[in-house]
Amino acid sequence: MTSADLHRTIVSVWRIEQPRLITSLSRMLRDVPLAEDLTQETLLAALEHWPATGVPEKPGAWLMATAKRRALDHLRRGKMLARKHDMVASDMEQEQQAMPDLDSALDDDIGDELLRLIFTACHPLLSREARAALALRMICGLTTEEIARAFLLPAATISQRIVRAKRTLSESGLAYETPSGEQLSERLASVLEVVYLIFNEGYTAARGEHWLRPQLCHEALRMGRVLTSIAPHEPEAHGLLALMEFNASRIAARTDPAGEPVLLLEQNRALWDQLQIRRGMLALARAGELNGADGFYALQAAIIACHAQASTADETDWPRISGLYARLAAIIRSPVIELNRAVAVGMAEGPEAALAIVDNLAQEPALKNYHLLGSVRGDLLHRLGRFEEARVAFEAAADLAGNKREQELLRRRAVEAGTAATAS
Amino acid sequence: MRFMYIVTPAHTVPPTPELMNAVHKLAEREIKAGRMLDSGALTPRTSGAQVRITNGELSVIDGPFVEAKEVIGGYAIFELKDKQEAVAKAVEFMQVHRDHMPGWEGTCEVRAFAGP
Repeated sequence: MTSADLHRTIVSVWRIEQPRLITSLSRMLRDVPLAEDLTQETLLAALEHWPATGVPEKPGAWLMATAKRRALDHLRRGKMLARKHDMVASDMEQEQQAMPDLDSALDDDIGDELLRLIFTACHPLLSREARAALALRMICGLTTEEIARAFLLPAATISQRIVRAKRTLSESGLAYETPSGEQLSERLASVLEVVYLIFNEGYTAARGEHWLRPQLCHEALRMGRVLTSIAPHEPEAHGLLALMEFNASRIAARTDPAGEPVLLLEQNRALWDQLQIRRGMLALARAGELNGADGFYALQAAIIACHAQASTADETDWPRISGLYARLAAIIRSPVIELNRAVAVGMAEGPEAALAIVDNLAQEPALKNYHLLGSVRGDLLHRLGRFEEARVAFEAAADLAGNKREQELLRRRAVEAGTAATAS
Repeated sequence: MRFMYIVTPAHTVPPTPELMNAVHKLAEREIKAGRMLDSGALTPRTSGAQVRITNGELSVIDGPFVEAKEVIGGYAIFELKDKQEAVAKAVEFMQVHRDHMPGWEGTCEVRAFAGP
């Protein structure tokens, strides 16, 4: 094994153990940011020792023992309360007598502690960017360099972001607390937002220069799955998981061999990942059982489920989609969602009903520079035979489109509408 | 990256309850950690069938070849970071076999899915 391979193997082994290490240490030290520091130190220790000794037969036990020793050293150095020290020291003795092996590791339920960790990393006090970086670091075990590459930022920026976020947590006395009751649902929203942000960061990158862009989708999905297993009664956690599973199921179909984006209705459905669609369906059903069918994420997931269930684009249940958009519009006022609703209504009921919705959006400041408004409007006008108006709408939309390929498409449609206008 | 694990024991001795228990615990942890997407046990290869094309000839070789009722072997699908992590997982899984059923022998094949 080359030293680079060994390095990667060590990091992989550490990554498997990382959640258990950080949760054990945070329980021991009652300080999540500190636990994170020491978990990182444990990785450094393994990178230092294992090349000489080889990877131990029970690497998890080695890492855990090392991590706890560091934590104990820290408590000693810091002259922490004697009682806490004694308590931890006696724990340590017991554990050294019975070295933790894989079995005890498997019996160790870290659910509550992991939940605490996630809530700490995603504290609303922190900026969204800081929350995302901290979550990837503390929950997914990504290194600073990996996070930096994923977000296409310098490592120093991410490192600083993490250090500041941890300091903020420590200084605000939020280093170790778990919300409960009503506060939990409120705080969960902040967690879900970060997970979805991470997912979209990976998903919207049309072509990942680096494997870590798609990796962000996987990490977000993994966090979503973790959340649904440790907070199984939160419908929106299931809703978000369903939404991410459905979106991720289309990753292979979203770009053509040249890397150009392919629109949903034109995608080759054979490339959609059926395992992920099935998992999405299960998560969505669970959200419904928990009376969460009208949640922000669950509704969006239900809309994509309609596409996932149609074996061809023609079989899409547009009336159901337009109904779901109406329910979504009832819980969140967003011009973009309203525009999407118009598209669905246009497919379900025809262009006239849809145009009424679109015309209501014409004055929306948020859509002033949004090329899709003109694009949708042009399409509806064209279908209504109002070709000259369609041409004007497509031209205006083309001027706003940032993407060259979209611009070309819109110009082509403007020409088509213009030709139809002269002919009629 | 997505990986397929195919576990093939080298013998038809059924797994001990201790081994089953440990494997279930490991599976539960992996599901909770969001890494394991799917898994299932497989009946012995001998009771399956093979459909082949050799020299342009299509042939069906149908089981059962021998009587064997135990459910042995299985597959699992994992979502992991890279091959190193996939191999580390397989090593951990096989270590559980060694710890809980001394004498057990077999193979855990690790195959990455093609595609993004």
